[in-house]
Amino acid sequence: MQSVAINIEGKEKFVNDFETFSELYLRNNSLNALRKSSISRFYELGFPTTKNEEWKYTNVSPITKNNFRFLTPSDKFSLTKSDIKPFLICGKDATVLVFENGRFNESLSVINNLPANVLIASLASSLENDIVKQHLGKYASIKTESFIALNSAFIYDGAFIHIPANAILEQPIHFLYVSDARVESTVSYPRNLIVAEKNSQVNIAESYHTISSVNHHFTNSVTEVVVKENAKVEFDKFQNETAEAFHINHTEAYQEKNSTFDISTVTLGGGLVRNNLHIVLDGENCTSHLHGLYLVNGTQLVDNHTLVDHAKPNCYSNELYKGIIDDKGQGVFNGKIFVRKDAQKTNAYQSNKNILLSDDASMNAKPQLEIFADDVKCSHGATTGQLDEDALFYLRSRGIGEENAKALLNIAFSNDVLNHISIETMRDKIANLVFEKLKK
Amino acid sequence: MLEIKNLIAKVEDKQILNGINLEVKPGEVHAIMGPNGSGKSTLASVLAGKDNYEVVDGKILFDGENISEMSPEDRARKGLFLAFQYPIEIPGVSNANFLKTALNEVRKSKGLEPLDSKDFLILMKEKMKLVEMDKAMTQRSVNEGFSGGEKKRNEIFQMAMLEPKLCVLDETDSGLDIDALRIVANGVNGLRNKERSFLVITHYQRLLDYIVPDFVHVLYNGRIVKSGGKELALELEEKGYDWIKEEVTV
Repeated sequence: MQSVAINIEGKEKFVNDFETFSELYLRNNSLNALRKSSISRFYELGFPTTKNEEWKYTNVSPITKNNFRFLTPSDKFSLTKSDIKPFLICGKDATVLVFENGRFNESLSVINNLPANVLIASLASSLENDIVKQHLGKYASIKTESFIALNSAFIYDGAFIHIPANAILEQPIHFLYVSDARVESTVSYPRNLIVAEKNSQVNIAESYHTISSVNHHFTNSVTEVVVKENAKVEFDKFQNETAEAFHINHTEAYQEKNSTFDISTVTLGGGLVRNNLHIVLDGENCTSHLHGLYLVNGTQLVDNHTLVDHAKPNCYSNELYKGIIDDKGQGVFNGKIFVRKDAQKTNAYQSNKNILLSDDASMNAKPQLEIFADDVKCSHGATTGQLDEDALFYLRSRGIGEENAKALLNIAFSNDVLNHISIETMRDKIANLVFEKLKK
Repeated sequence: MLEIKNLIAKVEDKQILNGINLEVKPGEVHAIMGPNGSGKSTLASVLAGKDNYEVVDGKILFDGENISEMSPEDRARKGLFLAFQYPIEIPGVSNANFLKTALNEVRKSKGLEPLDSKDFLILMKEKMKLVEMDKAMTQRSVNEGFSGGEKKRNEIFQMAMLEPKLCVLDETDSGLDIDALRIVANGVNGLRNKERSFLVITHYQRLLDYIVPDFVHVLYNGRIVKSGGKELALELEEKGYDWIKEEVTV
């Protein structure tokens, strides 16, 4: 039972961090009740083990075995403009909110001209905002997810976006999260809240990067997205941390009637990456597209868990996740579509396709449908195979070298997902990084 | 140009080619005919260097160099081109991008600068005429959703773009109606010159009405059992392959 002992030890460490943190910074704050109940809940739940069905293939014990330093709001910033330059992937017109180890770095951020009443701010500066009070923590439940509980205990900073009714943002907003682990291993708890009011439209990008050579970093991020009536939100996530990084990411989207929520999640970097995506379609005629791409090599583990909850009738969801796994990499996909009793005329589709490039690569895919309505159209499927040898020979027979031919095929496979990122600069930059990684 | 010497090859432990000897000189068109299962397509795949096709003995000399252990891409860069019997569909890779990549890799191997987009488009436009390709076909994914005729035209189009020294046509006539056959054959004839050689593999004489060969060889049980001029193809068309089989058995 050694592993249990380690878990408790790991857990204690995080609770100690919390006590120091709350004593120093959290007096007289309206979120203290949530923080306190969250840390208690986290302590009760502990870190999940592989005995938990939802974490069967993803062993998080390496996270608990590390000592990460939690940087408090009084720690100084160290990143420079040139440090973050390679990560500015959304073009020169984007609004960029830079977060250094989870804390808003105002001097590196760029907030462009915005339509009236659009609010783009750090969460730390908005904790007493009424919209924040109304929505924060309402969608990401601490009841069963210990990582959400842990994040909620440390709620302090992140991005807060409020798009008022009828506002349409032409330029994207980029949440740029950079972890600086050059001096020591660090941990951060980004917390984002996006509220798009009736008839509004916005494109948001979120990217994660590390600056470090050997030290570990642990990102435990939670984002809540509220998409109100007839609003349209596109949310594009890009994860490209170092192989030493642990990344646990929860995204909770809540949709009202006639709204659209499109999300793409591209994972290139990170040693252990777990993405939980939970979408609730809680009004009629909602549309959601979920796209995912993961390129896994070395000893990386990338785990995507998605849940699309069709709570109301006449909604449409379409999900496509694709993975390319090489070396000793491990991929996990668990996609659940839940169609509630009242959600008649639901159209819900899900597909997961994987290519294994080596004998040691592995993929565990589990598509699930739970349907309680009787008049629905749903389908799901998962395939895992090798690179098409005939296609490879065809390309090579025209003079294209083996490595380039493989890269060409894998890029074609990846483009199915990348083409859904509508921020052009971001799509092109990611496509280049995909190509570089595939060529290695 | 091409000299095949006592070529013995197997596919997954089954020996298919049992000692082939053949010499193709620059500018010549040789037809390889034979009944089903005689080893025609195996010969094409072995020449192009397909995986799982193992040369057990013998040599394939291409411009004097033995290529039997060479990678498919190196053979292509040296100027060998195989027009596939069943061209492969590659979703997500546009025909134009595929050809540009291929052409520039071939050029690079010859120490030439890559073609820029403008010059590439000019070249493509010129070669498209040869097989009556339209622009839309070049923008679509490689062979995806192409009809049988379009796929074969695309093979000849690629051949025209890459300007190989030796073209191996593997049953290019299969699955083509007479109009498509004419377009494809005209394309091939347009590429004939004093330097470029062709190896035309076919089951039927029909294609050879359009692409007239200098020599005809009959492949049977993995060996060339009879060679002759173009009239041999007509004889085969008339009499079938049984008399050859009998001759060999006797």
